[in-house]
Amino acid sequence: MRHSKIIMIVGSLMLFSLFIFPLWNITLEAPQYPEPLGMDIWINKVTDGNPNDIKNINLMNHYIGMRDVPVDLKEFKIFPIVILVMAVLGVLIGIIGKRKLFLFWGFTMIVLGIVGMYDFYLWLYDYGHNLNPHAAIKIPGQGYMPPLFGAKSILNFNAISLPKAGAYFMIVGITFSFIAFFQAKKENKKLYY
Amino acid sequence: MKNLIKSTLTLLSIIIFLGSCSKGEKKSDGILASNAAEKVYVKPGELDEYYAFVSGGFSGQLAVYGLPSGRLFKVIPVFSQDPEKAWGYNEETKPMLMTSHGFIPWDDAHHPDISQTAGELDGRWVFINGNNTPRIAKIDLTTFETTEIIELPNSAGNHSSSFVTENTEYIVAGTRFSVPVPQKDMSIKEYKGNFKGAMSFISVAPTDGKMNLEFQILMPGFNYDLAHPGRGASHGWFFFTTYNTEEANSLLEVNASQNDVDYIAAINWKKAEEYVKAGKGKKMATNYAHNVYDEHTHTATSTMKKEVLVLDPSELPGLVYFLPTPKSPHGCDVDPSGEYIVGSGKLSANLTIHSFSKMLKAIENKKFATTLYNIPVLKSEEIVAGVVEQAGLGPLHTEFDDKGNGYTTFFITSEVVKWKLKTWEIVDRKPTYYSVGHLMIPGGNSRKPTGKYLLAMNKITKDRYLPTGPEVTQSAQLFDISGEKMELLLDFPTIGEPHYAAGIKADVIMKNSKKYFELKDNKHQYVTKSEAETRVVRNGKDVHVYMTAIRSHFAPDNIEGIKVGDRVFFHVTNVEQDYDVPHGFAIIGANNAELLIMPGQTETLVWEPKQVGVWPFYCSDFCSALHQEMQGYVRVSPANSNIPLSWSLGE
Repeated sequence: MRHSKIIMIVGSLMLFSLFIFPLWNITLEAPQYPEPLGMDIWINKVTDGNPNDIKNINLMNHYIGMRDVPVDLKEFKIFPIVILVMAVLGVLIGIIGKRKLFLFWGFTMIVLGIVGMYDFYLWLYDYGHNLNPHAAIKIPGQGYMPPLFGAKSILNFNAISLPKAGAYFMIVGITFSFIAFFQAKKENKKLYY
Repeated sequence: MKNLIKSTLTLLSIIIFLGSCSKGEKKSDGILASNAAEKVYVKPGELDEYYAFVSGGFSGQLAVYGLPSGRLFKVIPVFSQDPEKAWGYNEETKPMLMTSHGFIPWDDAHHPDISQTAGELDGRWVFINGNNTPRIAKIDLTTFETTEIIELPNSAGNHSSSFVTENTEYIVAGTRFSVPVPQKDMSIKEYKGNFKGAMSFISVAPTDGKMNLEFQILMPGFNYDLAHPGRGASHGWFFFTTYNTEEANSLLEVNASQNDVDYIAAINWKKAEEYVKAGKGKKMATNYAHNVYDEHTHTATSTMKKEVLVLDPSELPGLVYFLPTPKSPHGCDVDPSGEYIVGSGKLSANLTIHSFSKMLKAIENKKFATTLYNIPVLKSEEIVAGVVEQAGLGPLHTEFDDKGNGYTTFFITSEVVKWKLKTWEIVDRKPTYYSVGHLMIPGGNSRKPTGKYLLAMNKITKDRYLPTGPEVTQSAQLFDISGEKMELLLDFPTIGEPHYAAGIKADVIMKNSKKYFELKDNKHQYVTKSEAETRVVRNGKDVHVYMTAIRSHFAPDNIEGIKVGDRVFFHVTNVEQDYDVPHGFAIIGANNAELLIMPGQTETLVWEPKQVGVWPFYCSDFCSALHQEMQGYVRVSPANSNIPLSWSLGE
């Protein structure tokens, strides 16, 4: 089999890592938490960094009127299907071996990634701004939205938001589709000679 | 120009020389003081190197300190009620203090000892004896809570206890007082020949640590003062010091100090096991309590046991030998190799050290001076390895380092004396302030003592601290023993009277320390795992409140329908699952204590309201920013009212 095809197929298969590794992580550091609180965001769920972290994050947040961290978002149903479809599609494209399709797959993934990030941003915004008006602690003008990427200080917490293994695998997978595209171009040239 | 440079250089070097001189002098003056401070200074946020479990003596509890800082971390309630932790006050722990004499809310806690595997401290449990109403307690070192207490029948003044054998096969407990066995109504004057001293061997299950009184050896009616296990070659033997071998029953300070020689009783417990197996033990009817705290039900149960197996050494040859030891020996200490057994004749100026190998040879060759109650007394000259001559007055206890030295405390001359094993020469002596009793070197009762610190525990402090009226604190003093000479580093006050202590490297224990109890594993009879399950149930005059606590409210927090004359059981479950978030529960007019509930735990406080009214309760442990809001009300109506039971939160 041609190398470009193999690269494309391997790249697509990397999407399956999203079912094995979390996509993103939000960690909350504070002096009283020598072991920081954290949660891992997957394509289909949110899980504790350390046992009971989400319960404890919710406990902290209820004082400022934030809702519980949602565990049953509609995205958690849609994302796995999208990833599954894209992975299978990628493998099929790899087998077909048309390099323009490689490019198409790669760009589609980038668009989906941007849409996903935007959705994540909207969710974070809502989570950080849609507050219970009866909250015990109200600070005018203070939003509690965690950062999309990087660190941000929120009251006594330092919130850090960074991609995890799943996201890196996805990026590598997308990159592979472009490498496959250029590799295919090379291979085609060779064929003509 | 050259000259100028030369002279400048000369001048400079003189200044530097002088400067270093005066600096050097200053340093030699201050070096000890500053070094001592540095050696015990544990920077804020940093951790101590050792745990020290120091007995609380007449407080009945066990204190946990850090070494070298001497900082107190926790007082573990063991034999005495503790309203702070509701120990012995809440429904869950009341059974822990049950005995054949009923509920006993106090004891005198003496000698902690840490469990061992292959002769080294494994840090799983620490055991301690209750002296007054004879009991042995086991403290779990994952939770730092007392999880088992076993009462000892036929025993009185449980002092030569609670020492652990090399693989924690047994916790051994002797008796200070001899008593009629079984107890009966008889004249005290008939003591001699009729009273007996029971040595108890309590097995510890290797998996869950469950204790069981396997057998007792009924010894002659002496007083059995202290004990230590053999180790290495002498593993399988246990050594007890005796006094009052005169068998006096009155004015013991005179009548029990007449014999020039008392004994160390050497008990071959492997032989005892053989006799038990061969059916030579006698089952004796008795009555004693065995109390077990279950970590999953968070509840203790007390069972009365009715039988004990006893062995009679006067009928069973090879079980016990007496080693003549001068003048009412107190401490009985075995060196790390197991070869040397130190008897501290407390009315003698000398320390007598017996040799285990010589003892075996003397037994083999039947070098007996006499027999007492059919128990052979070995010839003194055949077993003595050496004597530390004129070491001090009132020798009490000896511990060992890892370099072949012994350290003995002297009560009357108030000092610690360091001496060399095998040559028996004195190396160093340092005063203590004042009247030292026990001493402890971490790993002391094991094959592997450490050679860094020595903790001396003093009975008297007089002018060493700010005065606090007639009753002043007792103290511990930390010495650096890493060098040839001992160096006093630190003086710190203790709770109660510190008898023995047990020390261990912190890293053995700290990694196993529990952070909270899993709520999902909570099997308490009255657990409430979520607010949805909270409720109030009446059963005649008993009312059960299934309550939860979480930052920062109780559920329910309004309760109505309680009547004067009711017994209200508040079963409070702390539904937190985070480290260091206990909640308290306190209600006005409670005749017992507060509750202090760890995350995932359920505790029960009984409240018997006597007055009509609306009575508040609140969280007594500052749990959160809104801790002060964590409160509620109970409405108490007249006994004949018909207000229905109701409960709510946030309505």
